[in-house]
Amino acid sequence: MILGTSSSPHHTARRSTQIIMQLVMLAAIPGLLAQWYFFGWGVVIQLALAIVTCVGCEALVLALRKKPVVFVLNDYSAVLTGWLLAICLPPLLPWWMTVIGCVFAIVIAKQLYGGLGFNIFNPAMIGYVVLLISFPAQMSQWLPVNGLAELSPSLLDSLSVIFTGFTVSGHDIEQLRYTIDGVTSATPLDSVRTAITLNNTYSDAINSPVFNGGLLASWGAGWGWISAFYLLGGIALIMANIINWRIPVSVLVGVAITATVLNLLNGDLYGSAVYHWFNGAVMVGAFFIATDPVSASTTAKGKVVFGALIGFWIVIIRTFGGYPDAVAFSILFLNMSVPLIDYYTQPRTYGHSTKNRAENSAEKRKKKSN
Amino acid sequence: MESFDTIVKRLSENRLWQFPGGVKPQDKKALSNTHAIRRLPLPDCLYIPLKQHIGNKGSLIVEVGQRVLKGQPLTKASGPYSVPIHASTSGTVKAIDEHVSAHPSGIAEPTLMLEPDGLDEWIKLHPNPHYSQLDKSTLVELICDAGISGMGGAGFPTHIKTNNPQKLEFLIINGIECEPYITADDRLMREHAWQIRQGIDILQHTLNPKHIIVAVEDNKPEALEALRIACKDKPDCSLVSTPTLYPMGGEKQLIQVVTGREVPGKGLPSDIGITMFNIGTCFAIADAVFNGKPLIERVVTLTGEAVKAPQNVWALIGTPIAFLTEHAQLKSSKRYSQRIIMGGPMMGFTVTSPRVPVVKTTNCLLMPKASFAQPEDIERPCIRCSACSDVCPASLLPQQLLWHSKAKEYDKAQDYNLFDCIECGACAYVCPSDIPLVQYYRQAKSAVRSEKDEKQKAEKAKARFDARTQRLENDKKEREEKHQKAAQARQNAKANANDTATETTTAPKSAAVAAAIARAKAKKQQTSTPVLETEQKEPAQVDDKKAKVAAAVARAKAKKAASSNAIESEEKLESNTEAPQQTEVDDKKAKIAAAVARAKAKKAAASNGVEPNEKTAPTIETTQQTDADAKKAKVAAAVARAKAKAKAKAEKNAE
Repeated sequence: MILGTSSSPHHTARRSTQIIMQLVMLAAIPGLLAQWYFFGWGVVIQLALAIVTCVGCEALVLALRKKPVVFVLNDYSAVLTGWLLAICLPPLLPWWMTVIGCVFAIVIAKQLYGGLGFNIFNPAMIGYVVLLISFPAQMSQWLPVNGLAELSPSLLDSLSVIFTGFTVSGHDIEQLRYTIDGVTSATPLDSVRTAITLNNTYSDAINSPVFNGGLLASWGAGWGWISAFYLLGGIALIMANIINWRIPVSVLVGVAITATVLNLLNGDLYGSAVYHWFNGAVMVGAFFIATDPVSASTTAKGKVVFGALIGFWIVIIRTFGGYPDAVAFSILFLNMSVPLIDYYTQPRTYGHSTKNRAENSAEKRKKKSN
Repeated sequence: MESFDTIVKRLSENRLWQFPGGVKPQDKKALSNTHAIRRLPLPDCLYIPLKQHIGNKGSLIVEVGQRVLKGQPLTKASGPYSVPIHASTSGTVKAIDEHVSAHPSGIAEPTLMLEPDGLDEWIKLHPNPHYSQLDKSTLVELICDAGISGMGGAGFPTHIKTNNPQKLEFLIINGIECEPYITADDRLMREHAWQIRQGIDILQHTLNPKHIIVAVEDNKPEALEALRIACKDKPDCSLVSTPTLYPMGGEKQLIQVVTGREVPGKGLPSDIGITMFNIGTCFAIADAVFNGKPLIERVVTLTGEAVKAPQNVWALIGTPIAFLTEHAQLKSSKRYSQRIIMGGPMMGFTVTSPRVPVVKTTNCLLMPKASFAQPEDIERPCIRCSACSDVCPASLLPQQLLWHSKAKEYDKAQDYNLFDCIECGACAYVCPSDIPLVQYYRQAKSAVRSEKDEKQKAEKAKARFDARTQRLENDKKEREEKHQKAAQARQNAKANANDTATETTTAPKSAAVAAAIARAKAKKQQTSTPVLETEQKEPAQVDDKKAKVAAAVARAKAKKAASSNAIESEEKLESNTEAPQQTEVDDKKAKIAAAVARAKAKKAAASNGVEPNEKTAPTIETTQQTDADAKKAKVAAAVARAKAKAKAKAEKNAE
């Protein structure tokens, strides 16, 4: 008999990193299906393209860093990064832009920082922001949602546009963006911004066609439903104990409080909480991106602060900033602040005084220097 | 801190507190808790480690080849933190040698090998049925002599805890047994509740707590019921059923759950008026007092998926585990490596040899399904998911501790309260990245400890070195001062000699002075014989020994000088006496000699018809001042007076 050895604990009830990543993707499927329904095949093509690029980049860098390629790829983190980046991109973005975004996400933001677990910034959001800053025009070329579009590109058309710039029948992306009313479509967030700069009121703005078809008045057509499905998936993740409730709930509360305060100050200029929740990427951001454990806060109190500030920044940038949506920026800002938040929100250790640990260690240092 | 009354009130309402975190592993206790504790035949050989507790090992009192009886002490407690060990059965001491230990490292430790003779013959026992008539110290001694150390896991000598001088509010009896698989305490409570209660009675008598709390997890209702019946008529005693949550049985956690109090960071439970004993320890205490039996056996759970007959057995201390695994019918496999875990799956350790013995803290041998995979092989990077900090019962941040432990930043790890980790393993249990967190913390802790040890050693060495350098310097300084003084004294003496035409030395060293006296006398002798006669009478008048000696030396020298009558011999004498001057320091002699010299100087002055020497006097006085000694001064004065009288006489006679 060979006696084996191991260190305690000898039993575990773990859900491996791999399973966690897979479950997160599983929970994102309803939202993805909604996106596919409203925006067509482009969504799926971007998803496949991003995943392939991300996994390829990860494998390449791992080989260069002389790490066990298959073992690390098996954690599915690269797949998830590609997935999260893809669902944030306009469906018919030229392929090489998607590739650039993925390369930045995996090579620069993740592997150059040391790989999984060492990246301070959320890789998918870095990829997204790089694209948004570099190619602002293309990154805002969202298609009109299903039902509002004049032309609905088929799978082949979508492929063709992404890889050549033209559909099989020769239409380019700008033509595909015409709505049935004969104007270039805008996302709900865009249309409200434009309306307000044209001195229209917020309540007028949400009467525009891009808000038709939502369950509530302020739901963007299609976007509201997509958000709702991501919300469902997110709730499932909390129920399955994959993500902690603190971050997503604080994000939503942060958004709601900031939006409500502004809306009460001037209802003609500032959107309501529901408007902010169900348009753009708030739901995806709150449940799927801000909850990325590596780059988020780790303490219980810290998670609340982290989430609430993300919510606050989303509304502030959307309302006063230059970009229509701000989920990526807000998350990256707070990623930067995580070490600070974590340091000042440490829990009280058993048997220690209620005094903040930071104060304690400062005192200790003082004593030492004395 | 929660007040005593609040706690008792809440306990009576069956309302408890909570500890943060915790995990709920499958308890798997049903595998082994259905059968009564079995007795096994005697094993072929027992390996009894000399030290099975925290503290110092006792000193051996048996020899190789000696026959010992069951229960006979093999060692004697050698200090306050030491308890003896006893022969688990009658037999012969085969050897006392290094043997693989019941420790994760398996490192060899001094062990007594006992070959049972099969008779199982008890030594004469001394039962104490009337414990309440015994005083506290006798009971503590009984508990110590029975070799009892904490049986819950840590193995802290029990008599130290029973000898608590602090005022106690709560005595907590820990029947939690929160580790999965283990049912040793469960069976003991079910079958021996009455004896456990007797143990509690004894503890109550020695510790005198205001209230007793007996706590059992709610997955052991039979055990709780048995204790409830046993303790029915016991006043000031609460039986508590706690939720089943790991690590409820940890001392700090159980205290928090039943009293809402927290043991201070660097303190002990007694600091908050609480002490805790394991039910196994209570049982052993009752055995020791009522039956006079020392701790030579304990209940061990043999369980796991790899055994065919999971069960609880009474195992003699020193039984090699192979003997037990055989009884539990361990399914052996040649292809797979089989882990044998001593203790539970959460905090136990894998043994390194089948010859590892059962010790006083061995509560379980767990044999999980054989497998290839070792957790260490598949560790992934931490993704900071904070699942670990969610389950940490001490509210630590395991991910930060890991980060700093891995980076060997031990200062920072300590800032994150590394040493408050109780190593319960809840963090590693939930870690999705398969990181053996506890292992990292253990390594960090031992690194910090050895760093501290080294620092202490270095500091001690430095202190020793500094003290030595200081001492050497002081010695050197003293020597130099002495040399200086001596040199000055010699110079002064020379100057005086010129003035008085008498060679007088006032060096504080007796030998030199004596020599000088001798010289002076020798000269005097040449000039006037009557003076010599009177001088010879002097010693009789003074009853100081030293004075006599000095005088004798002087006389001898005078004789010598008289016989040789040459100055060269004087010089030789001086050089001879210079050597001892450095080594021999005798202030007394010096003073006396100085006084003698003074007197002589006066005398010489008188006989020469010159005024008394004023220059010698101050130098003599300075030496007197530095070596102040009232007695000697008086003696010297007396000598001087006597001499003065003699001088006067001599003068009269001369006239």
